[in-house]
Amino acid sequence: MIRITVGDEAIEGRDGQTIAGVLIGAGRTAWRTAQTGDRGVFCGIGVCHDCLVTVNDVEGVRACQREAVDGDRVEREVRA
Amino acid sequence: MTAATGTVGTTGTTGATRVAILGGGPAGLAAAQAALAAGAAVTLLDEGGRLGGQYWRHHEGLTDRRLQHGWARFERLRGVLDRAEVHTGASVWSAEASDGVVRLRAVVGAADAAGRVALDIEADAVVVATGAHDLALPVPGWTLPGVTTAGAAQALAKRDGVTVGRRTVVSGAGPFLLPVAQSLSVAGSEVVGVHEASRLGGLAAGWLPRPWQLVGKAGELVEYVGALARHRIPYRIGSGVVRVLGTDRVEGVVIAALDADWRPIPGTEREVACDSVALGHGFTPRLEVAIALGAVIEGDRRGRFVVVDESQRTSVDGVFAAGEVTGIGGADAALAEGAVAGFMAAGGALDDGRMRGPLAVRRRMRAFAARLERAHGIQPGWTSWLSDDTVVCRCENVTRRTIAVRADAPLRAMKLATRAGLGACQGRTCGRAVEAIVADAGGAPEGFDRRPVLAPVRLGEVAAVATGGPEQ
Ligand SMILES: Cc1cc2nc3c(=O)[nH]c(=O)nc-3n(C[C@H](O)[C@H](O)[C@H](O)COP(=O)(O)OP(=O)(O)OC[C@H]3O[C@@H](n4cnc5c(N)ncnc54)[C@H](O)[C@@H]3O)c2cc1C
Repeated sequence: MIRITVGDEAIEGRDGQTIAGVLIGAGRTAWRTAQTGDRGVFCGIGVCHDCLVTVNDVEGVRACQREAVDGDRVEREVRA
Repeated sequence: MTAATGTVGTTGTTGATRVAILGGGPAGLAAAQAALAAGAAVTLLDEGGRLGGQYWRHHEGLTDRRLQHGWARFERLRGVLDRAEVHTGASVWSAEASDGVVRLRAVVGAADAAGRVALDIEADAVVVATGAHDLALPVPGWTLPGVTTAGAAQALAKRDGVTVGRRTVVSGAGPFLLPVAQSLSVAGSEVVGVHEASRLGGLAAGWLPRPWQLVGKAGELVEYVGALARHRIPYRIGSGVVRVLGTDRVEGVVIAALDADWRPIPGTEREVACDSVALGHGFTPRLEVAIALGAVIEGDRRGRFVVVDESQRTSVDGVFAAGEVTGIGGADAALAEGAVAGFMAAGGALDDGRMRGPLAVRRRMRAFAARLERAHGIQPGWTSWLSDDTVVCRCENVTRRTIAVRADAPLRAMKLATRAGLGACQGRTCGRAVEAIVADAGGAPEGFDRRPVLAPVRLGEVAAVATGGPEQ
């Protein structure tokens, strides 16, 4: 079990899951604000950049590619 | 942070041909095995955290074994790699070939982390085996959360053991929709239906007369069809999702019958409730590394691929290519082409007895790929399911109308004026769709394949290399 925070909420995931996997496992489908609405995973293999999040203060991390680590702080990105 | 400079062939046999292999999917792994067998010093790079590429995407603790095929083959291929230098988590962002020397630049570390380690590889030959990604055609509503590519549904189910929703509609074209439906079911989503755009006529000209060729050696098709039956999943040909419904997320879809040109047939629309949609209308090759190396690419809007000869040699000295970058033929084709490419890159000969098997499989699978394209290839009528305000470029939110209005401008000017294809994905997701819309409107498209940066890399990382070393 690992635990990460998303905004100010703590969510749990399974060891080895990507950040996208943890978020989806916790019932979320979207976590980035785009001009036409929220986005989550689209391509799932690091090509489309829809799923970008900020992880531990580093922007532009593809949630589908990054393996989650216990204690990761994930934040929403907004691009109007 | 330190800069690591890997030079192939410093370990092991001195004087051996140095072969770099870019991509650790079926093609790259088979290339590594064959190059090692031919006596080369091999370096393999892949940006993924694990080897296996798309076909063998996995995680030891999370992947359901029912979703893994040909695993013994993977273990054999991985097993010989203790004699090679292997870098996972290595994103190659620059590649050049000149005077018989190939230079690759990568950053190594957790995906998109700050301060990844620079890695420079120099080799006598390179095998480009960068594979393909999904080609999902735009549909009104496709930016709603809950819509993913078919490949994403597959990757999430296999790698992470999750599904985006609980009731999924699968829509697109090609036999790949079948394993996707199976994976969704196993990972916990009810598949409401699989909608294949091709009609029976197409299928009859494609794989239906020889369905065993889809199967490969593993009996996969039989298993997929069995899974559809077991989970009572309807498979409907000549139909597809033409609109996704919902306000903040997917609430349903509109399904329509499609004619042979993939034009929705008026009066056949019906609504189906679901919370997720998986779209996959084929695959598009990841050409950017091959293009950066100068390799000739050929084809048209139906698909452009790296041109290779019998030896999997490209137009550039020392540059070989294998797998889906040379044509969409599935894992068995990728394995066979990879074996030929690796062996030849290492200085082997085509008439070597060890090449007989791979050459035979390659011939068979290429014929099969041609029939697949005939059966499931994208037909031009699909653009008629778009509305004017459908977002086509997901990164920059550019609509069909905006693109069509500028269709007569040269592609570069059109892109600058509309921003279509200039977003974070560099046109990978929308390129083919934009070209189709421009063509519909009377323009002459093409040219979405060239990309200045081959893989996402941070400015600081590039700057570090440019100044001779990373910032301390
Ligand atoms: C998301 C997805 C899922 C799929 N799942 C299946 C499946 O379950 N069953 C099936 O039969 N077929 C599947 N396919 C089809 C698949 O493309 C082929 O069957 C097979 O994997 C092709 O083999 P390949 O070696 O040519 O390429 P791939 O398997 O795609 O391998 C290419 C590798 O190159 C790496 N790469 C690319 N560019 C770079 C770079 N710049 N730097 C570093 N590394 C790089 C990638 O990380 C990747 O691992 C899938 C395709 C996709 C897109």
